[in-house]
Amino acid sequence: MSKALLYDSTLCIGCKQCEQGCATQNNLPYNDSIAAEEYQSAHKLTAVLTRNDKFMRRLCMHCEKPACASVCPVGAFHKTKEGPVVYDVWKCIGCRYCMAACPFSQPKYEWGSLNPRVRKCIMCPDRVNAGQQTACAEACPTGATKFGERDDLVREAQDRLKQNPSNYLPRIYGLHEVGGTSILILAAVNVEEFGYPTPEKIGDIPLPEYTGRVMDRIPDFIPVWSLVLGGIYWISHRRAEVAAAEAEEKKNGSAR
Amino acid sequence: MKIKLTFWRIVFLVIMVMGLYSTYVRYLRGLGAVSNMTDQFPWGFWIGFDCLCGVMLAAGGFCMVGAVYLFNVESLHSVVRPAVLTAFLGYLLFIVGLLFDLGRPWFIWHQLIYMNPHSVMFEVGFCVMTYTTVLFFEFLPNVFERLSWKAPIKWIHKIYPILIVLGILLSTLHQSSLGSLYLIMPSKLHAFWYTPALPFFFFGSAVAVGLAMTIFESTHSAKALGRHLELSVLVRLGGALLVALWVNALLRFEDFFHRGLLKQIIRPSYEAYFLWLELALTFLIPIVLLSFKKVRLSPNGLYLASVISLFGFITNRLNVSLIGFETYVGHHYVPKWTEFSVTLMIIAMGFALFRVAVQYLPIFPKDDLQVRSASNARPAVSLASPVMEHAGD
Repeated sequence: MSKALLYDSTLCIGCKQCEQGCATQNNLPYNDSIAAEEYQSAHKLTAVLTRNDKFMRRLCMHCEKPACASVCPVGAFHKTKEGPVVYDVWKCIGCRYCMAACPFSQPKYEWGSLNPRVRKCIMCPDRVNAGQQTACAEACPTGATKFGERDDLVREAQDRLKQNPSNYLPRIYGLHEVGGTSILILAAVNVEEFGYPTPEKIGDIPLPEYTGRVMDRIPDFIPVWSLVLGGIYWISHRRAEVAAAEAEEKKNGSAR
Repeated sequence: MKIKLTFWRIVFLVIMVMGLYSTYVRYLRGLGAVSNMTDQFPWGFWIGFDCLCGVMLAAGGFCMVGAVYLFNVESLHSVVRPAVLTAFLGYLLFIVGLLFDLGRPWFIWHQLIYMNPHSVMFEVGFCVMTYTTVLFFEFLPNVFERLSWKAPIKWIHKIYPILIVLGILLSTLHQSSLGSLYLIMPSKLHAFWYTPALPFFFFGSAVAVGLAMTIFESTHSAKALGRHLELSVLVRLGGALLVALWVNALLRFEDFFHRGLLKQIIRPSYEAYFLWLELALTFLIPIVLLSFKKVRLSPNGLYLASVISLFGFITNRLNVSLIGFETYVGHHYVPKWTEFSVTLMIIAMGFALFRVAVQYLPIFPKDDLQVRSASNARPAVSLASPVMEHAGD
């Protein structure tokens, strides 16, 4: 039931309408100099990058099992059942663990602010909940960014790969990476050239599982370790008591 | 009262002035102005040093409490109080450091109401909070004794076994969890330092650091207060440190071997240089030094070996938190001077508070003769620390 975006970079003409639409949706400034910035930041949540006449969008991948949501000590991030990974600024204490943990380095920070927020694409949750498509998908003139059900988009991406195999590298980036993401990417070139991590590096295992393996043991560890420590305490003090009692007895015995 | 201006007091003053300026920049210009942290380097020197190293260096508290009260090693009794004091101050200052590093420190209390049990950071935060409270209670008898309040000392007596077990449990959890923080970054942290064993290494090194730190602080306070140094205590700690270093070194070797990195770590590279530095300082030099009986029996030798190993473990924490990310990010991170000066200010505050505390509280035994020898198994009744003595009664 979750929504997703399919970005087909072979259809992208680099017009940056998605950037503009995103800025408007999120009340962020947008002008020629911001458009020229080839990187994301707290005021540029999505960026269309250009390398050798090829284009590539970057935005939050909206992981199925997001690392940011799992690491946040106050649960400021969560994955909604509709698909978007959203952020609750009120809860945030500013530890920036989300930024350190994100395999796509998507959360950005308002470093200049005195009450800074984490900023990232939140996949227009208000629009999505209202049954509308995201601002970027709506703005896209060529259909390079397409909004829809994730299952439908996966099927469509597979069809496109089948119908025009010469147009694409034979993979859907985001289908399995870190357990799957709500952004699916088709491209003729390696997405790694645009700063995406290689699938081999991030793997298919959802990242929260790495810490989960340790965290899941803690509820068992606490009682067991407490008992061990308490036991050591009891034994070592009992031994001292016995030794003291024996010494006392010996003293009494020799006095007699 | 006239305060004499000594060399160290001037140094302290300069550090405080610089630190206060940086504090001003931090809270009135923001994190971007005070630090060289960026979107690519969201965690900088304050996390690497103030948090990771700070908590590690405060490990002496739980190590010594564990040795003396859990395992009933009477001979180490005289170092418990300074170790607990160091730990208590260490954790308080860690929290001060956190107030600088957090982007929205005024919401730090959200930890208490918006809990995310899946988050390692939440677990660390919660343990540190509770453990600082435990340390506060372990520290309180000093104050009560000073004020000659008998009744509250008795109350603390009663809960002492609980405090001891709780303190060690919480320390085990958060010392290791500081390593678990990095488990979620397999694609970012360099393979030399990213290992599933991170939580074990962080805990194991904390134990070694606890021993080294106790040697360090005992030696220093002995010099500063003109006390006679108890060599037998230092020698025991030194022996334990040697064992702890060997265990840590073997586990590290086993980890490199198991992950097939042995060839890679001897090949020169940017990360390898830092790894070599780390391994030399943590293991090679101190282990070689401590292997000589002459060094193990001399206060200066023990001090030197401990300090070198402390620098080694600090290098380890900085490698995990900073150096290990540089290849992934693609550029270097060098802290701004204001980041250093905040850290320096916090450290200086720590030294000053320690000095004040040992001046006014019965942290160190007044008379060294009161400390019992190791062979005396009977629960000692030294006048200087009657509270903790009866913890097990």
